[in-house]
Amino acid sequence: MAKRRIAYYLMTIPALFLFFAFHTFPALQGIFYSFTNWDGFSDGYSFVGLKNFINVFKDENVYNAYFFTFKYAIAATLLINVISLLIALGLNAKIKAKNFFRSVYFLPNVLGVLIVGYIFNYLFSNAFTIWGAKLGSDFLSQNILGNPDWAWVGIVIVGVWQGIAYNTILYLAGLQTIPADLYEASSLDGASKWREFWSITFPMLASFFTINMVLAMKGGLMIFDQIVALTGGGPGRSTQSIAHLIYTGGFTGGEFAYQSANAVIYFIVIVAISLFQIKVLQRREMDL
Amino acid sequence: MRKNTNWLATALIALGSILILFPLYMTVGIALKNPEEMAQSIFSLPTGLHFENFSNAIKATDFFHALQNSAVITIVSVGFILLTNSLVSYAIARNMNRRFFKLLYLYFVSAMFIPFQIIMLPVVKVTTDLGMNNIPGLILLYIVYGLPFNVFVYVGYIRSIPLELEEAATVDGTSTWGTFWKIIFPLLGPISATIIILSSLSTWNDFLLPLILLADPSQYTLPLVQYVFQGQFSTDFNLAFASYLLALLPMVVVYLSAQKWIISGITQGAIK
Repeated sequence: MAKRRIAYYLMTIPALFLFFAFHTFPALQGIFYSFTNWDGFSDGYSFVGLKNFINVFKDENVYNAYFFTFKYAIAATLLINVISLLIALGLNAKIKAKNFFRSVYFLPNVLGVLIVGYIFNYLFSNAFTIWGAKLGSDFLSQNILGNPDWAWVGIVIVGVWQGIAYNTILYLAGLQTIPADLYEASSLDGASKWREFWSITFPMLASFFTINMVLAMKGGLMIFDQIVALTGGGPGRSTQSIAHLIYTGGFTGGEFAYQSANAVIYFIVIVAISLFQIKVLQRREMDL
Repeated sequence: MRKNTNWLATALIALGSILILFPLYMTVGIALKNPEEMAQSIFSLPTGLHFENFSNAIKATDFFHALQNSAVITIVSVGFILLTNSLVSYAIARNMNRRFFKLLYLYFVSAMFIPFQIIMLPVVKVTTDLGMNNIPGLILLYIVYGLPFNVFVYVGYIRSIPLELEEAATVDGTSTWGTFWKIIFPLLGPISATIIILSSLSTWNDFLLPLILLADPSQYTLPLVQYVFQGQFSTDFNLAFASYLLALLPMVVVYLSAQKWIISGITQGAIK
């Protein structure tokens, strides 16, 4: 039996060691550096206590990044969930060429985010503007990504275009777990489609709704590739996400320690939001 | 009770799919046009097929080299993920009553909450100090960073496999390793397929980790090459789109040839 136990330890200890070395240790290091003034390349650094954290709270760029990231994450999460639920309902209905459409709607999920971002960048600046001009609208004939007030909407459009694929598949899987006799019973009772959706479909999808909301929100809060491809954080800093700020400040701005402090705060925010979401949404699951 | 085709739903779904397909149509169209055709109308079908865009893009980005890098990284990472992550999960799943393994499980799974951006600054420092800011280092990180999700999925699945099968093997004198490779690993087929699909997609399309880690341009992956290329040739849209299309194509081909499998794999992975 002892031999068996040794085998089990041998199976896990290398993984534990590597995971600690390349995941937990860097995380701890990040926390450590957040209390220093290290710029990322100098030989020396000294401890500055909570100075970085205090400065993060005073930093207008950080506020900007949080404002944009939350605005994006909330809008994208809501739109992705509403649209993918509608698409899933459509794909689950008795439609023609069901498999073909299923493949089409899932296609964006296999495409790289960065390249999709580049394609949309061109469409926003050179293609959609032509339509806008034809419609005679000054607003629509401009490149939305170049407008500090509206660039975030362009990023939401791309994020939703690509993000609905994954969530649609999950909702579709959820719809298939609902027993057909529930619908038969409700149609015998003469329930309307609307009533049927709110009384049967939506409650039965509760756990899928939780997963999708949490995943979409987490994805939204971590947005990076789209920013690089679509706006680079601009115009000005109007579309700079938190991840993009940590990346640019930490690697090219000599703010290694400062952005580490920002990252620590960001981590706490993401964990808090995920836990909050799971708690609230799961309570709703039980109430239903 | 079979109802007739729902034509309203079909029409709406078809209309929606145009929104998905239109940007892809534009990509193919622009990749095949030349600047004169673009000047006439960027939406119309190309009149001549300008394949020279593709040959120029292949030269400009050293496409085949980047393709090879991406393929090596993805195949080796996913191969090792499959072999090692399942093994770790097996040891955990069969020893959940022991505190060490229970804690190990919680340790791995709770790391799912940690966004990569939190550790990215120090990770670059650690890997650079160890001389691992290259393809082998990247592969190692993908294998290690796959653990939280994969352990979560594999452990759930392994615990649903009845113990009796293994007990019979134990009585026959098979070692723990032998039991895993001969009995458990083959049984993991369906869930391993899911892991292969999800990890292939995320590894192939990943941009951030190669961006911060790879120091030598000859090791750049397909997304990274597009990033560098975009900075240099942002004015020739036909060339750029040919390059985007080339970079997207491998995954599209894989997807179209294995779509049924991929969709059901994603579904399984998510429900677990």
